Amino acid sequence: MGWGLVLPQLLNGLQYGVLLFLLAAGLTLVFGIMNFVNLAHGSLYMMGAYFAATAFGVTGSFGLAVAAALAGSIVLGIALERLAVSRLYSRDHLDHVLATFGMVMFFNEITRIVWGPQPYFLPVPAFLASTVKLFGINYPAYRFAIIVVGLAVALGAHLLMHKTRLGMLIRAGSVNPDMVGALGVNIKFLNGLLFALGSALAGLAGVMAGPILSIQSGMGEPVLITALVVIVIGGIGSVSGAFYAALIVGIADTMGRAFLPMLLREAMSRQAADAAGPALASMLVYILMAVVLAVRPQGLFPAGRGQ
Amino acid sequence: MHSLKVAPALLAALLLSASSLALADVKIGLSGVLSGGQAVVGQDQVDGFMLALEQQGGKLGGQPVTVIKEDDQLKPEIGIQVIRKLLDRDKVDAIVGLGFSNVLMATLRPLVESGTVAIATNAGPSPVAGAKCAPNVFSTAWQNDGAAESMGKFVQTKGYKRVYLMAPNYQAGKDMLAGFKRFYKGEVVDEIYTRVGQTDYSAEIAQMQASKPDAVFAFYPGGMGINYIRQLSQAGLLDKIPNYSVFTVDGTTMPALHDAAAGTVSGAMWDAALDNPENRKFVAAFEAKYKRVPSEYAATAYDAAQVLDLAIRKVHGNTADKKAFVAAVKTAGSEIKSVRGPFRFNNNNMPIQNYYAFQVVNQGGKLVTRLLGTPLPEHKDVYFAKCAAK
Repeated sequence: MGWGLVLPQLLNGLQYGVLLFLLAAGLTLVFGIMNFVNLAHGSLYMMGAYFAATAFGVTGSFGLAVAAALAGSIVLGIALERLAVSRLYSRDHLDHVLATFGMVMFFNEITRIVWGPQPYFLPVPAFLASTVKLFGINYPAYRFAIIVVGLAVALGAHLLMHKTRLGMLIRAGSVNPDMVGALGVNIKFLNGLLFALGSALAGLAGVMAGPILSIQSGMGEPVLITALVVIVIGGIGSVSGAFYAALIVGIADTMGRAFLPMLLREAMSRQAADAAGPALASMLVYILMAVVLAVRPQGLFPAGRGQ
Repeated sequence: MHSLKVAPALLAALLLSASSLALADVKIGLSGVLSGGQAVVGQDQVDGFMLALEQQGGKLGGQPVTVIKEDDQLKPEIGIQVIRKLLDRDKVDAIVGLGFSNVLMATLRPLVESGTVAIATNAGPSPVAGAKCAPNVFSTAWQNDGAAESMGKFVQTKGYKRVYLMAPNYQAGKDMLAGFKRFYKGEVVDEIYTRVGQTDYSAEIAQMQASKPDAVFAFYPGGMGINYIRQLSQAGLLDKIPNYSVFTVDGTTMPALHDAAAGTVSGAMWDAALDNPENRKFVAAFEAKYKRVPSEYAATAYDAAQVLDLAIRKVHGNTADKKAFVAAVKTAGSEIKSVRGPFRFNNNNMPIQNYYAFQVVNQGGKLVTRLLGTPLPEHKDVYFAKCAAK
């Protein structure tokens, strides 16, 4: 295995990881601080992609598509929080799951009704359409841009969490929400703001994934499941945990898909390796999660104590 | 009290007269996936069938027709409920559609036992083409291996020596690659099976790039195909490695692929670009009515309606005699003017048809599909000998 083979896979893993981070960050905040299980987070990602594709179809501008995705998913997130989610905070997790699973179905059907069953199209912006040369390999410029944007957002999130008053409140809320409320902080407003922030990140992930993926009804679920794996590995409620875990999951999944069948071929017959390789590769992140849950149930980078 | 007793009787009488009225119509059940990620396939089937019906003034074989649409959700367990409902409750004269291979296989038994005319417009699994063939189960679509076999033949004739194969890790994916290898005799550099529904192919694409094959063959239906082709294009590989595929670049995915599809070659039994009078008429009418280009799924359903039209005419609307109706469908198959060119049912009721190679080319900024050739003319699947029917 030469460097030329490993490096592109590392970059692919990194790119997948930062995309997962955008989703997992919002999910972990809502879960960790509001103690709310939001399965509809993937729907916000899907809606962000749809808003972007529609805006692009009308204006032809990728910048406006990004703006539409962000604005649209923030508005949608706030509306969801006010209309439905805020009424469910006091209920238990099973009710959260029930209600937000209903929302998943609602959004999947509404996209089919409004946009039709055919997949939508969002192109790569022209200035990112080519490939870039990195350490002697050609890498798609758009994927590289995703890495850059994702890392920038991660840095922004780090600064927000650790250098601002808002971040302090969020961190405090993730450790002891009752005490934060008792100290006179408007926890209702904080919750709304957090939900909107999570929605914006999901929308951003949607628009960034748009040019790589097909935009269609139900695109949110597979990525939501992986994002849930990420927050479990990272430790629920911890943004930096979500970041590291997203990178671990992204790289593990990519490396597994790329090299596991190859390694298995060394150990067993080609036919057996071809059958076991893909199956094992797609299980890899779940095995990782199971191991983490067994060894460190609170996650690798839990909120509060370590920070 | 009195009026209360009369009401149900009146209702029953009304229902009775309504159902006897409906009996005058030929009832067609139309089943397919109409929700979820693959709904676009089912929608094209419904639209193709309804277009043919509309062109006949809402009649088939001169008989007024009632169409009952059902969504199988691409789930075998729902599919079987749908088929049972159509057969037992609606007592339809024929069922068209029958969904994807997995759904068809699950519903095969009640279909065969009913003896009702069943026309698959989306599948031709190998068991149904072979030992499990049945006189009343037809396919106006394809035997599943056909398109992949045609690409294998085409790539073989092109003289490529090292080919890279990719497909999702499930039965159809394995069948497609097996079909390809049945006619391609060169070296298979690697055979990659990816997770079903996988959205990101960057890892596999990087592996492919590193192994420097002469050509790539893949099977990625629906959304997977869009992701796969676009990501190849973004990696700059579509220009470098000739790309062959089946059920990947077609009418359902082109709207989302745009320029990324340019240069790809597809094996199929039909494309909107196919130049014959029936097809030109069909494509023009479909585009006028639905404002989009039809896919092969619309074409097979359109042809199924043609077959039924002719068969119902042959039995003079008397579809109650199931055996005679089944026989009429079989002969109608070889008499219709199919939009795909030559067409007839083999002894296993699978189509004998041409498999073409099409290429999407960018002509002055506009994408057009070009016919490259017919690798497998009037092709029969390899399973028909296992079918007991003559």
